[in-house]
Amino acid sequence: MGVARFWREIPQRYNLLGDKCGSCERIFFPPKESCPYCRRKSIGKMKEIKLSGKGEVVTYTIIHVGPEDFEEQVPYPIAIIKLEEGPQVTAQIVDCDINEVKIGMKVESTFRKIIQDGSTGAIYYGYKFKKRN
Amino acid sequence: MRDVAVIGVGITKFGELWDKSFRQLIAEAGAKAILDSGIEGKDIDEMYVGSMSSGRFVGQEHVGALVADASGFSNLHIPSTRVEGACASSGMAVRQGYLSIASGINDIVVVGGMEKMNDVSGASATETLATAADQEWEAFFGATFPGLYAMIATRHMHEYGTTKEQLAQVAVKNHANGALNPYAQYQREITLEQAINATPVAYPLGLLDCSPVTDGAASIVLCAVEKAKKYRDNPVKIIGSSQGSDSLALHGRRDICTLDATVHAANMAYKQANLKPKDIEIAEVHDCFTIAEICAIEDLGFVKKGEGGKAIDNKITPRDGSLPVNTSGGLKAKGHPVGATGVAQIIEIVLQLQGRAEKRQIKNARIGLAHNVGGSGATSTVHIMEAM
Repeated sequence: MGVARFWREIPQRYNLLGDKCGSCERIFFPPKESCPYCRRKSIGKMKEIKLSGKGEVVTYTIIHVGPEDFEEQVPYPIAIIKLEEGPQVTAQIVDCDINEVKIGMKVESTFRKIIQDGSTGAIYYGYKFKKRN
Repeated sequence: MRDVAVIGVGITKFGELWDKSFRQLIAEAGAKAILDSGIEGKDIDEMYVGSMSSGRFVGQEHVGALVADASGFSNLHIPSTRVEGACASSGMAVRQGYLSIASGINDIVVVGGMEKMNDVSGASATETLATAADQEWEAFFGATFPGLYAMIATRHMHEYGTTKEQLAQVAVKNHANGALNPYAQYQREITLEQAINATPVAYPLGLLDCSPVTDGAASIVLCAVEKAKKYRDNPVKIIGSSQGSDSLALHGRRDICTLDATVHAANMAYKQANLKPKDIEIAEVHDCFTIAEICAIEDLGFVKKGEGGKAIDNKITPRDGSLPVNTSGGLKAKGHPVGATGVAQIIEIVLQLQGRAEKRQIKNARIGLAHNVGGSGATSTVHIMEAM
């Protein structure tokens, strides 16, 4: 897969950059070209916004059979996190015992390596989430 | 708009079919359907075929024309179009065939679905199935396809008290049904203990909560109702055909435990058929994972939201229940050659409504429903059928 595919997402994945509809003020992540609620009224009014990275686990799983690139990491928890600003994201939960992951757990984002493309290939970075007190 | 009926069905054995190629499978299913219908090649106005990922599974795209060619119709130049919507590909193909006849453009359409999944490694098949998820915002971060359904299950257990045992009951029921289906991949029963204690795949789902990797093909012949009786005495009328879509990523949905694409499609199909969920007597629903059957029977309106886990204890969905679900064995036991599944589900309903389902026949069923899902719920099709 071409590396450009990953470059394009760097601003969002490194900095949790979403956008906000200038019409209804709803916040989206990943950013949307238009607001699905305001549609034509939102065109040209979507404004970039940096998200806090703070949120709560809505649901989770422990992956035991992983894709090839993640095989060395199993078992690992994946969760859907509802961010304080509203959007939900899918990400790994790290820096805790896998049995600690629970619905309602408060978490915050952290910048991590996601995968490496083979032993000599490009390293891809992005967000994971860890427990927040 | 014209009414449309199914006048012929054909299906291959589902399973690990090492000795058969992609094109042999669809040619076999198509030939069986055409022979069953009584039509001839020259009667076919158009063809639609569903395949999720022939490019990744067998390295072949452009399968619309390939299917017409493999079926021996290259010299008839019949228009043949591939339809793709992940695991809902052939439910969508049926709908395209239905629409083309209902519109008055075509009289007779052959619809097929196929997938040859065992020519690649298990890891590669898993990766290909994950392309039904959002690659940029789910799969990139390590979410697998079973992992997404597992997250639906975790939330369902949290909100409604659904148990791992109730998930296992779905697998046990569908294997018991599959044991009676000569086309099923797994024609054997499993126990509740086996299902509960199976190797973990993605908590809370174990191996026996998951549908298998399968090769297979299925085909049906559709015909305008006014001409259907010319070909057979007992055509099955399609009285509702609908489709819905939703956010590609699970995290983008209104509610993790509800497939709104299914709710939308079901509402449209019930409205078109002028029926209510309680009028459905038999259903094939998309049980790619055990939790998916539980959500499906809720989203189709057969039980209230949150009550799906109790449907087996409450004697609703077993073969002797009030609304038998997945008498074919479902995706779980019949097998899930992803692009073939939507057509295969319709075939089971047609056979049941015609009284041709042999050992798994449900007595006096007149109205049945088939429900096909793509991805973790971004696409859903619903077809309601009635015996004529």
